[in-house]
Order: sequence, then structure tokens, then C-alpha cells
Amino acid sequence: MPKYDFIKKALVIGSGPIQISMAGEFDYSGTQAIKALKEEGIETVLVNSNIATIQTDPKMADKVYLLPTTAEFVERVIERERPDGILLGFGGQTALNCGFELYNKGVLEKYGVKVLGTTVESINITSDRQLFRKTMEENGIPVLRSEAVTNVEDALKVADRIGYPVIVRVAYNLGGRGGGVAYNQIELDEIVSKGIANSFIGQVLIEEYIGTYKQIEYEVVRDYYDNAVTVCNMENILGMRVHTGDNFVVSPSQTITNEEYHMLRDASIKATRACKIVGECNVQLALDPKSQKYYVIEINPRLSRSSALASKATGYPLAYIAAKLAIGYSLPEILNKVTNVTSSFFEPALDYVVVKVPRWDLAKFGQVDRRLRTQMKSVGEVMAIGRNFEEALQKAMRMLDVGLDGLTAEVEGESVEEIENMLAMPTDNILLHIVKALKAGFTVEKICQLTWIDRWFIEKIKNIVEVEKKIKEINELDERYVELIRYAKKVGFSDSQIARILNANEFYVREFRKKHGIVPVVKQVDTLAAEWPAKTNYLYVTYGGVKDDIEFSSDKKKVIVLGAGTYRIGSSVEFDWSTMNLVWALKNYGVEETIVINCNPETVSTDYDMSDKLYFEEITLERVLDIYEKENPHGIVTCVGGQTANNLAPKLAKAGVRILGTKGEDVDRAEDRVKFSSLLDNLNIPQPPWAKFTSIEEAKRFAEKIGYPVIVRPSYVLGGTVMKVAWNQWQLEEFLKRAAKVSKEYPVTVSKFIRGAMEVEVDGVCDGEHVVIGAIIEHLEPAGIHSGDATMIIPAQRLTRHHIEKIKDYSRRIARELRIVGPFNIQYLVKGLEVSVIECNLRSSRSMPFVSKVKGINLMDYAARALLGIKIEDADEKFVPHVGVKTPQFSFMQVDGADPILGVEMKSTGEAACLGENFYEALLLAYTAVGLRAIKQNPGGNIFVSVGNDAEREAIEPLIRQLLWLGFNIYCTPGTAKYYNSRGLNVKTLYKVSEKVEPNVLSYIIGRRLDLIINIPETEKLESFQSVLDDEYAIRRKSVEMGIPVITVPRVLEEIVKGMRRVREFNIKSLQEYHGNLR
Amino acid sequence: MVGYPQSLTDPSYRGQILMFTYPLIGNYGIPDKVVDENGIPVYFESSQVQVQGVIVYEHCEKPSHWTSIKSLHEWLYEEGVPGVYDVDTRSLTQKIRVKGVMMGAIVVDEEPEKGFELLSKSRKYGEINFVEQVSVKEKKVYGKGDKTIVLIDYGAKYNIIRNLVRRGFKVICVPYNCHADEILGYNPDGIVLSNGPGDPKILNESIRELEKLLEVFEKPILGICLGNQLIALASRGDTYKLKFGHRGQNKPVIDLNTGQCYIVSENHGYAINSNSIEGTEFNVWFKNIDDGTVEGIRHKSRPIISVQFHPEAYPGPYDTMFIFEHFAKMVNC
Repeated sequence: MPKYDFIKKALVIGSGPIQISMAGEFDYSGTQAIKALKEEGIETVLVNSNIATIQTDPKMADKVYLLPTTAEFVERVIERERPDGILLGFGGQTALNCGFELYNKGVLEKYGVKVLGTTVESINITSDRQLFRKTMEENGIPVLRSEAVTNVEDALKVADRIGYPVIVRVAYNLGGRGGGVAYNQIELDEIVSKGIANSFIGQVLIEEYIGTYKQIEYEVVRDYYDNAVTVCNMENILGMRVHTGDNFVVSPSQTITNEEYHMLRDASIKATRACKIVGECNVQLALDPKSQKYYVIEINPRLSRSSALASKATGYPLAYIAAKLAIGYSLPEILNKVTNVTSSFFEPALDYVVVKVPRWDLAKFGQVDRRLRTQMKSVGEVMAIGRNFEEALQKAMRMLDVGLDGLTAEVEGESVEEIENMLAMPTDNILLHIVKALKAGFTVEKICQLTWIDRWFIEKIKNIVEVEKKIKEINELDERYVELIRYAKKVGFSDSQIARILNANEFYVREFRKKHGIVPVVKQVDTLAAEWPAKTNYLYVTYGGVKDDIEFSSDKKKVIVLGAGTYRIGSSVEFDWSTMNLVWALKNYGVEETIVINCNPETVSTDYDMSDKLYFEEITLERVLDIYEKENPHGIVTCVGGQTANNLAPKLAKAGVRILGTKGEDVDRAEDRVKFSSLLDNLNIPQPPWAKFTSIEEAKRFAEKIGYPVIVRPSYVLGGTVMKVAWNQWQLEEFLKRAAKVSKEYPVTVSKFIRGAMEVEVDGVCDGEHVVIGAIIEHLEPAGIHSGDATMIIPAQRLTRHHIEKIKDYSRRIARELRIVGPFNIQYLVKGLEVSVIECNLRSSRSMPFVSKVKGINLMDYAARALLGIKIEDADEKFVPHVGVKTPQFSFMQVDGADPILGVEMKSTGEAACLGENFYEALLLAYTAVGLRAIKQNPGGNIFVSVGNDAEREAIEPLIRQLLWLGFNIYCTPGTAKYYNSRGLNVKTLYKVSEKVEPNVLSYIIGRRLDLIINIPETEKLESFQSVLDDEYAIRRKSVEMGIPVITVPRVLEEIVKGMRRVREFNIKSLQEYHGNLR
Repeated sequence: MVGYPQSLTDPSYRGQILMFTYPLIGNYGIPDKVVDENGIPVYFESSQVQVQGVIVYEHCEKPSHWTSIKSLHEWLYEEGVPGVYDVDTRSLTQKIRVKGVMMGAIVVDEEPEKGFELLSKSRKYGEINFVEQVSVKEKKVYGKGDKTIVLIDYGAKYNIIRNLVRRGFKVICVPYNCHADEILGYNPDGIVLSNGPGDPKILNESIRELEKLLEVFEKPILGICLGNQLIALASRGDTYKLKFGHRGQNKPVIDLNTGQCYIVSENHGYAINSNSIEGTEFNVWFKNIDDGTVEGIRHKSRPIISVQFHPEAYPGPYDTMFIFEHFAKMVNC
């Protein structure tokens, strides 16, 4: 079947800023979709506010609109662009919801836009529980029984019908309270009574509890002509009790039989057909571990995190194929790109095991609930490929970049009972807890009983523990241990892991094994287990074989680029952007073969056709050396993949690897605080006073001298907090005593915290001599808020000529002095006329895609030249007539207990950026893109204001006046209300949470009767350890749980209020049009 | 990764060393030999392990499943079938892909050269009549029903029988060399020609009897795998040896009449020559999407349908179970 002829122009909706549960995977899927459409000569239009993505590069879609992905803005793009079709399946839930709204509002019909792929009717079947259930039942597909009730009596009746245990899910619950699993009537009575009380609508859902069931997923593709295949199946190791996003996933499934596999496969295809999905979907099923009983739990009618994983796990380009199917192709017509002979109508055969492990950053959020349940909390993930489970699992543990050299843990004085509890209530550390349990003498049976994990997985973990035990018995590596080490490598032990067990050096192990021929081989991922010759350069490294799949050419100019590894707070899609853009640029400047090493399945860079070669591998010293030795490249680039890659540079250099970029000793001069500080002194460039101490007493004396507040940075921390502002001596002492270690080995750095200063950054590139200033970026928030959480503005709005000249001069001098080769980022403080330097990073920064797209340049293009030794010309910041604003996206809702308050530690998970004719337009667009609904200026919108003290109240009084003038209703806590009323402002009172009197702020929040919360806390108190202000915390916490935006920074409020007064109409202009104005 | 109990007991693998491309085999262990109400083992495709040897990268010593009673290793040991693990199965696959299916030996404690010596002395796969070894020695009856199906057993998988019995037929399973007269004597309402091992061309006797049957028997006939090739040979079609056969659970076929595509389970080293069908009374029904080989034929006027793949699955997907439905409808109408 040919493609649909009528589609000349198609609109793709992106997923917007990255949040927990909606992350980089949608850059992968959107980019693939655009590629698939462009190949067909279809003009592509993209709406996505996530500026850090590759899909929003001007060379990807023909028209890129950096706008909020809401129906309102997408409608305006449709009105302007008049596309023939729209793709809703490539931008996560955001795109689906947006499409749904456009459909319901009649926009699609009005403009004659056809939904390509799965229709809105089909999407509706999968999202409406009743309709879904009915559809499944009509097709003989088993679904879980559940019923909503409003009283205990009915709950008991329903539970009797369903049979115990049942899970009680509370509708509109309060802080996760009230739900739970009931094993009998007494428990049910208790849980339901609590649940109903805690539910805003007094309703709970009684559902059959299947937490012990296996969680199996299938990725299904189906075309318009009813051809369907399952591309991949996956097993969630923690079963149904934990969300798949937080689960350890193995592909293919390991513990189910042929009958079970095909029974579930058949059900998945049937369910897909019943919902008339066209393109790709994910089917989630629950299977009884003790019988063949199963249920279809849900269908995701779009590309998802699981499908990105499936795509990388199999080499089957799901998103690309889904896009081709959406425009009318049939599966058998599309070639399998790996073989270029066989068709896409096939089911990949794997000859390896894939393990996905999530990365959590829960420690960053302070005291939060770490238990894994049905709400996803992880911020990233890694995928490892091995020839057996142990190899893949241990690789994955290292890929997480959390300091693990394999799957390893020790009992640290925990009692048997404590370990039992750790197993029974899995947290993000469950695998390590299993290792502990095994070392504490727990039997496999006991662990299975407590964790509900299939015995097969526990046996494999036990195997790892046993090998570790055997290695421990070695005194000195000699011939007798060759086979043991060979086996240890096969089950995924790293050299450093073995070395640590032996109390030796990593290279001691490496030399020993190489001497005995224990070396890894390179294998291909080819979708069909070597049955057909593969034209793929999708590779992994394993000890499970004797022969490399490929030959390594030596006559080509090759460059290895290290990717960013797992996404985490502080390192996300922006580093995938720099990785890929550098790879492309290198190609333009004469590199014949670009080789990417990365291990994050949510990225574009791990698509095997994006570079000449892809190693889906660990970014560790050992693995990079293995690859380097086989490939013998011209050099390695470590400066575009964020921290992980950058941290490896000195070790690689020491091992004799040719690193492209700044020389090791110069990197050291930038990263060593003492050396950098004296460098600045020599250059006569100011810096805030600071010093390094090895005792708390000295630190205290220094802080006293320079005056509080100070920023404290210990080099060894016990918790997740690496930096803290101390407002007084007590706080300094408490922090250093309780959360850190201070000694000769672990000194602490104390520096002056300059209050009320402005923070400014420079992104640039240097070739060792010539400097390109990409942009001077101004932070909207005052210094003290992490740059990753700050609102960024280009060009700077408040800097004077004096400041700008100084910043440019300092940047050039620092870059030249450090002989920087490649991208760099320097952070400045500006107060009064004074400009001082905070730090300098010799690598690509989070803001480089933002700078590049606002300025219409590509910093990675300059970087590629510099790295290859091609001279670049000195260049000033380019003038642009428009303004770009980048805003942080937070995911506090997903992390139970997290306080949405900002500080020196980064907490945001993503960002949005928009361009505008002026600052206010860009600002309002960008804040709309991260969910600030109140900007719509809907008269009668409700804003709640709570301000800690009179000084702050007075400071924001003009803003409150303006908000009233704009037509908002203002609600305040009694204290704040009294203050404003006395000043003649008409604000209404809501009682505090603790007062438990109506009208109470809590019931307004839960009832979602508020559109915006303005909470200006007292900064000094916030930095203290206790939650002094429980009440304010409760308000903020509840607001994020109910999806109500919270503003805590007065500066941000001020500019948004100004913006609301000034901006009447938003310009709808594509990125290409903004860039067009530059010429 | 799944289906090793079925594959290893599939009579079509008789005389072969089976290497699994998936590296972990035996994860869910080996189930008990429980039988259903018709006396057919529930979890296996014949009464014993049929392969000559097994090659894997890793075998699971501690399997986990509620149906498992022993490990793969224990099972093979009991059945007297050798296996070897820790082999780079991927590079071996590549070798077979390039050089084609070849004779092989599993050698223990000897110089590898001795293995080659042994190999050169042993009989070649193509020369041996494995069908004789795996077919029933005398007729067997399964199930009850008004209609009778004669299943000619060239090495039939149990799931063919299960599928016929499940649809309410009485199944008379007869040896591969059963005479046409005897078959017609059972007065069957339909005939099924089963799968089986080896080169169809060496089954001269079976082909001869089949020619007779095709001449006089006007009721429905279903051929599966080897049965499919035999129908072609008995109708003046031709077969040939594939360089490396189709073996696996993920093979794509297309129904040329409807354009509908299916994923099927396959295990065959020989195929019908597409050109040879042109002069016959048959049309090509299914084709392999990847290499275009014939995956099924259908008689132009009579109720004879025939497929190269395994509609009975076990192991493999259930996409083409409808073939039995189709056959049952022809028999019942």
C-alpha cells in the first residue's frame, strides 16, 4: 500500500519540558518521526517548548515552534500552517491530551487536519476505564475487576465479590494517606474508613490486588491493514507492585514459558486490534506466578518510555516505523533497516539480555519517601546489554554513575529484622538490599518470600555474591585464578570491582587478565540473532564470546565521543543535544568515522543510525579503554557529555589516551579551587572571598570574619546535600556535623554568599587562543538559586555596558589563560558595578542548546573545529532582535514529601524556553510552557498569597495591587490578609491548614479552586534543618500534588505581573523565522 | 528463549544438533510428563528428546517455574542426549549463515582433529531416513467424534493431534508408509500430512502412496511442513534444500490472496520450488516475506491446503491457528 497522497504537511506535537515520567524518550521518538516524514517529502511542523532537545533543532523539522504544547497555542499554529495531518503519538501524554482537546474543541475538523495513526476514538478507548473494560471483555480479554464505592458497607460487598486481598485506591487523596492493601474485612473496614475521609470526593476504588503478579509488557506495532507484530517483550523484576518506570526491567522476559509467552503475546495483539491502534502501543499485562491466570492492565496508545527501551533493546526503530505506518504504509512494505533485505514485518530475535535500571535522585529532595510503589519517582535510566543476566545487571549498576563498581553491598550492622523490612518494602536500593540479605545468610526462598521477586533473579544475584566471595579468598593473582577471573568477567565483574575486593589497583587486574587472554569481544545488535548479515554498527562489548563481529579499520580518521549516560537532576537531554551536534559537526570537518559511547535508552544519540558507530556501553575507564584499544581512534571527546564523561578525562589521559580538548593540566587549573583562585588573582579578576578548611573550628572563624551568610561545600557528604547556605554559626556547625565529614582528607570550602547579587553566565568556545562568546545569560532569580533552577534570559536585560564589557573581557582572558580548547561556561556574580567569577567549567553546559537556538548559531560547530585543531575566529556575542527565556520544570508532584522550594541545590528535572519579540512575551510563553495557568489572565482567577513577614509583604504590595487590578481574586492567610486589608487592598481570608477552620486554604487547594500560589518564605529559616514552617510546607506540598503552580521568588512574581500587564497578544513565529530575521 | 521443551522434542529435529541463538536456555526448567485425557503429554511435542545434541551459551542450573520439576541438564542427562555450553553461539551462527547447515560433532576430551575424523566416517544427514525412526510403528487413535481424520505421521508434533482432537475429530494416526488403501479403508473425512525430519525426496514410498491418495480422495487434505513438501512432490512439483533453513518462532509470511501477514513458527531445511508449482494444479498460497520462498500452496479446485510453517505453534506464535479452523470447516461442510 502506498502512503497517503494527500499528506503534504504534517504537524508533530512534542512532549514539552522533561518531567519525571515524561523524559528524553520523547526526543528520541519525535526526532525519528520527523526523520521518517521528511524522507517522504512531507513538510514537517513541530510544536515543542523543550529547547534542549534535538528535535527542536532548526535543521530537523521544517518549522519549529518553541511554544507551549497546549491546545490554545497548537490551534494557532494549525491556523497559521494549515497542516494536512497531525501526529499525536510521539510526544507522550502531553501530545495525546493536547490532541484530545483539539479534537473535542472541533479544531481538527475546522481546519481539516487528519489525525495520523491511532485515532482519537481509539485513544479514548484506552484512557476511559469503563470503555476499555467493556472493549476488552467484548473481545474475550481478561481485565481486572474493580468498583468505586463511597461507604464501608459497599466496600465490604465489593471485596467479597472480588476476593481478598484487595487494593484500596483513594480518589483525590491527601498526601498518599488512606490507601493500602487489605487482606481481610477488618483491615478493609479500617482502610476504607480512612480512605473515604481522606478523599476529596469521598470515594475509593476497590480493586483486586495483584501485587505478587509478574508484570510483563509487549510492544505491538500494527498498520492500517491489520498486520500486527510484537516487537519486544519485557519483564519487570519487581512485578506488579512497582511502576514499570521505577522497575528493573529485563528483555526478553526470563521466567515465563512458551505457553505463557504466546498466550500474553496473543492477548496483546488482540487488545491492540480491539482498540484499533495504528502505529505503536505498549500493552501491560499481569501474570499469576503460580498459574496461567492473567489480565491486561492497560494499553498506552503511543510511543512511551517502554517503547524507547524496546527500540534500543531490539534495534527495531519503533518510532520511525510508527510514523511510516501513520502515513499509510503497511508493515511488510517497510524495509528492516538493519539488513536492508528483510521487511519490518518480523519479530526481532535477541541473542543477548537487556537490563534496564532506573536512576533515582531522591536524596536531592531531602526527607522523602523512598519506597517504590505505583507512582514513578526515577529521573533517568540506563540500559545494559550482556550475554547473560549477571553481566548485564552489573554493567547497569556501574552505568548508574552512583559510585558502584558492580552489584555490591555489605551488611552494615543491620539486624535480621531490619533487613527483612528492607526486603519487604522495596526502595530504590532493593537490589543492594538483596545482596546484603544474601551476605547476612538469608536463603533464596526467604528473599523470594519477602520481595515477591521470582527466584530466578535471586539465584542470579546469589551467583554474583558467590563469585565475589571466591575472589575475596585470593591473595595474589596468579595462574591458579585465571579461570575464576575469566568467569568473573563473564558475570560482569569490572576490573575495578575485582581490584577493590583484592585491595589492589584496577590496572593490576587489567594487566593480569590481558596477559591471560581474558579480553572482551564486540558484538552487534542486529534484530535477528545473526541469522542475516547485518548492516548495523550498533555494538556492545561482552565477555560472552570469543570473536568480534566486526573488523576494525585503521585507515579512517575516527573520533570517539562520550555521551552523557543516565539522565539525572543536573544532566539531561541538553547533553544529548551537545553530543549529537558535536558528532554531526565533526563529520563536517573531516572526521570519517564518528563513534558514540552511551548507555541511556532515552536518547537520540543511542539511535544506531545517528553516528557511524554506536557502542551501547558503560562510560567507565575500563570500557572506554577496551573500545579505544580496539578502535585506535584519532582521539576521544569528553567535554560534551556532562559530568560523567568529563570526570573520566583525567583518568583516560593518565592511561595514555589521546583526548581532544583542553590539556589535562589546564583542566586541573580550572577544577582545582586553589589553583583557579590564584589564576584569577594573577589575572586581577575578582572572586568572592573563600577558603578551604580541614576543621569545623577554622571554618567557623573564617565565616565570622567574612560575615554570614556563607556557602558551605564539604568534599565528603553523608546525605545528598553537597552545598548549603549557612545564615549563622549554628547552621554552619549543624550542617558540618550532621551531614558532612571534615578532615585533612576531606576539607570543606567556605565562601561568601553575596546577597541580592545577580547571576550571569557566559557560554562560549575557545580554540586555545581565539574565543567565541556565544551569549551572556542573565538569571532572573537573585544569586543563591542553582543555575539549573534559574530562569535564564538572552540577551541580558539589566546589565549595563560596563558589566558586559567586563564580563566579555574576563571571559576572554580566562579562556586564553587556561588555553581552553572546546566549549566552556563561566559563572559570574554581579552586584553594583562589581563583577566577580564563581566558577569555570571546561565542557559544554546545560544552556548551550538554548544559547545556540536563540542566537541562531551552533556552539558545537565551533567546538568541533576547536577540538580538531581548526582555527576559529574571535567573535563577540551576536546581536539578535528577539529575546529568549528559559524556565525550569519541576517534578515535585511525583516525589512524595518533596518541598518545592529553591536553593543552591538543583531540583528541576527539565526546562522550557520560548522566544518573543520582547522579554515579557518570551517570559510569559516560557512560564506557560511549564504550567503556569494563571497567565491566561482569566478574570476571576484565584491566587493565594502567603508571605512570611511584613517587610516582604510590603515589598510585594504593588504586585498584589496590580494582580487585583488585572481582575484576580486574592486570598491570603489571616496574617497576610490583615496586613493587606489594613492597606486598603481587597483580599479575602483563608484559614491556615493548622487552624482547621473553613474557609481553609487546604480545602481550596484540594478543590483546585486556586490557580496560583504565591508563597514567599523567609529565606533564613528555610535554610535551617527543621521544617520550621510546617504550615507553609503543607500548602506548597499540597499545591504541587494538586498541580497548582507555586511561585516562591519575588523577582519572578514581579516580572510575570509586569508581563501580564504589558503583553496583549502572543506572536506565533517559528524558530526559522526568528533566525531569518538575523540575516 | 522460550519453547525449548517443545523444540527439543520436535521429531523434525531428529538427527540434528540444535543450537540456540538465545544465550540463556532452561530458565523455566522442565515440566513433568503429565498427560491429558487423550493420553498426550501436556508439555512436550513427542515422547522423548529428539535432537542428537544441544549447544547453548548458558544453561540454567537453578530454574524457576511452578511447572518445573528438573533442570535442562538433568533432563538431557536422563534422556541420554549430550549438550555443550559456554560456546560463542553467535559466531557459530554466523558461520552457519555463511557456509550453510553442516555436519557437526560434539567432542569431549579429544584433539579436535579426531572429531573431524569421526565426522568424515559418519553417514550424512541427507542420506538417513529419519522419518522411519520417528513415525509411529502402528496406528493410534486419539479423541472421539463423528468425523474421522487420518493423520499420516512423518514425525508429527503432538500439538497437531491436540488441535484436531480439540475441534471434535477422531484422529487415526498412521505410520508414514501406510498404504493408500489402508488409509481409505478408515473412510476418513479428511487427511492431515504431518511435519517430519529430513529430505522429502528420500521418502519414495510415501510419495507413491500419496500420489494414489491424491488421485482418489476428494475430501479435504491438510499438509504441514514435510507434509506440504510431499504434496508438492506427489503433484509433480519439486523441492530443494535451503542454504540455511528457516528455524525459529519469528518468521514472517504473507497470504497472497488477502495480503494479510502473519508471524509463524518454522523448522524446515527444504522448500518447495516456486517455479515447479506453475505446471501443477496448485497455486502458491503463502510466501515468506523476507526471502520469497513458498510457504504454502492451495489446490485450484479441490479442498487441498498445505503450509510450510507450523500452524500448531508449540513453540511459537498462534497467528495461524486459523488454518486448523479453516480445515475443520472444510471437513464439516
